[in-house]
Amino acid sequence: MKALRNYLNKIKPNFEEGGKLAMFRSVFEGFESFLYVPNATSKTGVHIHDSIDSKRTMTVVIIALLPALLFGMYNVGYQHNLAIGANPGFWMTFLFGFLAVLPKIIVSYVVGLGIEFTVAQWKKEEIQEGFLVSGILIPMIVPVDTPLWMIAVATAFAVIFAKEVFGGTGYNVFNVALVTRAFLFFAYPTAMSGDQIWVRTSDTFGLGAGQVVDGFSAATPLGIAKVSATSTVEFPWSFQDMVYGFIPGSIGETSVIAIAIGAIILLVTNIASWKTMFSVFVGGALMALIFNVAGPDTATAQMPWYEHLALGGFAFGAVFMATDPVTSARTETGKYIYGLLVGAMAIIIRVLNPGYPEGMMLAILLMNVFAPLIDYYVVEANINRRLNRVKLNK
Amino acid sequence: MANVIKIKKGLDINLKGKASEVMLNAGKSATYAIVPSYFCGIVPKVPVKVGEKVKAGSVLMFDKNHPEIKFVSPVSGEVTAVNRGEKRKVLSIVVKPDAQIEYEDFGKKNVASMNADQVKDALLNGGMWPFIKQRPYDIVANPSDTPRDIFVTALNSAPLAPNFDFLVKGQEANLQAGLDALAKLTKGKVYVGVKAGSSLKLNGVEVVEFDGPHPAGNVGVQINHIKPINKGEVVWTVNATDVILMGRLLNTGVADFTRLIAITGSEATERGYVKAIAGCTIASLVAGKFQDNGHIRLISGNVLTGTKVSMDDYLGAYDCQVTIIPEGDDVDEFFGWAVPGFGKYSVSHSYLTWLTGKGKEYVLDARIKGGKRAMIMSNEYDKVFPMDIMPEYLLKAIIAFDIDKMENLGIYEVAPEDFALCEFVDTSKIELQQIVRNGLNLLYKEMN
Repeated sequence: MKALRNYLNKIKPNFEEGGKLAMFRSVFEGFESFLYVPNATSKTGVHIHDSIDSKRTMTVVIIALLPALLFGMYNVGYQHNLAIGANPGFWMTFLFGFLAVLPKIIVSYVVGLGIEFTVAQWKKEEIQEGFLVSGILIPMIVPVDTPLWMIAVATAFAVIFAKEVFGGTGYNVFNVALVTRAFLFFAYPTAMSGDQIWVRTSDTFGLGAGQVVDGFSAATPLGIAKVSATSTVEFPWSFQDMVYGFIPGSIGETSVIAIAIGAIILLVTNIASWKTMFSVFVGGALMALIFNVAGPDTATAQMPWYEHLALGGFAFGAVFMATDPVTSARTETGKYIYGLLVGAMAIIIRVLNPGYPEGMMLAILLMNVFAPLIDYYVVEANINRRLNRVKLNK
Repeated sequence: MANVIKIKKGLDINLKGKASEVMLNAGKSATYAIVPSYFCGIVPKVPVKVGEKVKAGSVLMFDKNHPEIKFVSPVSGEVTAVNRGEKRKVLSIVVKPDAQIEYEDFGKKNVASMNADQVKDALLNGGMWPFIKQRPYDIVANPSDTPRDIFVTALNSAPLAPNFDFLVKGQEANLQAGLDALAKLTKGKVYVGVKAGSSLKLNGVEVVEFDGPHPAGNVGVQINHIKPINKGEVVWTVNATDVILMGRLLNTGVADFTRLIAITGSEATERGYVKAIAGCTIASLVAGKFQDNGHIRLISGNVLTGTKVSMDDYLGAYDCQVTIIPEGDDVDEFFGWAVPGFGKYSVSHSYLTWLTGKGKEYVLDARIKGGKRAMIMSNEYDKVFPMDIMPEYLLKAIIAFDIDKMENLGIYEVAPEDFALCEFVDTSKIELQQIVRNGLNLLYKEMN
């Protein structure tokens, strides 16, 4: 390790102002701080600092996402096997999914980080870590058959127009990964909705070729419920399947259990707020119960609350998207309100909107807009309490 | 029976290097100095010339805007230098001490028979006034004000801070005299914040016990819990250790700045207390008490609010502690963001240290351990900020310099030190204390 450190110290001057490689300064700094904790010491202010930094924070979030990602890869293979009626065993199933998902991760990181690196260099700033999380979220919230070029275009759009124009990580109004998803959804509607996109029926790099079995449907549970003519719907899956995640859907969103493991990691490490997470589920459950009692006579409205929470992107959104500290409410009281509204709004969109079977993405994006307003009123309440103090004293 | 206020939010950083309650020998300080930068809100004027002879208690410097605020020499001797920096800014006024200290005689006083103006004059002339600070702005108090109340903190809660009960031993009469004097200066009360269960016996003042982690000892936190400051009100704040010096001036008639200084920190090989006179060199306090390997940081004060100093610098005017920690500039931590991190101190549980027992003492060095970012995480500051103030929003208002917002969110109640813990826990490594200091200075200019 000493040799590497010495080598870095040797080539460092090239990247400093005036050096021949100065144009890659941010990139060099990025890699150096990736390898070694920066040992710059404080000049003014506090003399000691907590060990946490934004790199560590993002790393924890990525670790929390891994169970859902790995399960998602397996499920891609599993659904494919159902479609072609094959059973090549656990590892081949996983390999199929791995090969199907990996290119999406690579494309999302290459495009997103490429833009981040360029902007950082241009602004002469350090590279910010925010996209490390967005970059893995993006492949997890798209259907498996989304073309790579679409992911590239959408990622570029989201990073530039949802993040960099606002000033970079920490200043964005909207969750970057969700903007990517929304861009895909509205720019390429045919590739992003319907019954055919959720399960890969063709082969991946020559692996898992086969004929689709007769009568196979790749529709998601929410899609089935949406088109159901009656107020009840019979799913071909048990509730257990929905909790385990053996259902069609976006790559990372199906398994409630894998998401729950991620949630525990986020909560134990104090990275995500339990207040936001918990109130999203409460808001969703309450709204579902209200529709059960007073809603229209459709299958989605009459669906029990626990199915609403287990299906679609609800759990994934609640755990990994709604809790994004930058775009959610930042005050403690605000987090309850924000969470409740996200949950309720997601169910309202699911039930009342005729076009979209899923509402989580739009609910969170909508509440991203309202988060500063919620915070504003919470802060105003604090201000008013403080002003009242003056009156009480007089 | 005093009332007890429980502080829930906050953080006690369990550092290695507490001072044991023993007296250590101090070296002789070659020079003594007044360093203007330790006093906020002062424009220094220097009436003495190099070569002039002074006594302990002779004026070395006064405030241009309030000439009655005098800064006096802590020792007798010869003025050897008036060091100036850019734009002729006064950096320090240095005195070479005599072998035997000669004191200026201010006359013994009987506090009970004095009125407010007499007390003020006595403190101003004896060079004790700079110890009184005011809120808003956290600057040296304006003598022409009459404060709503005066708050004294006799509780040191900062990491490795000296135990006040030890500092005050044998000085109880001076402390009481100082408090009696302060009581003359306000129409309200003098509140003294002490540690819960403290045996300190004080008369004529309101004793309030505080129980809880740092920053329970910060006077700003105490004010916020006892009687918060509203717009238009002025309160004064004093450290109890400085009240002792005031009382000594009144009881003995001389400006004797002798006090106990705690030598602390993981790198100090000898830890305890030394007797020293304010304005002494750092070298006289710590020489021989640590191993200098070239990667050592000396701090006048505590690790959160202290000043980085070298051996030739002078002890901070308000400090009764010197902390010695590793600098850490020679540490290369490989893949720090990825390792499990047993043994790394973090309030968040993102390193596995939190699994390994609570009583552990940590050695922290001066590394920032990360790059500066925009504010990303929420609710980090709130957890260590025990006031009815929203720190994040106040900081943002200060950065934007939105005066209405700053007033509404509580700028008048805070001092930079109140944000020190926020700065410690900050994921984004922003220099919050500096932001608050700049905000207060700008606001002061705007308002006066």
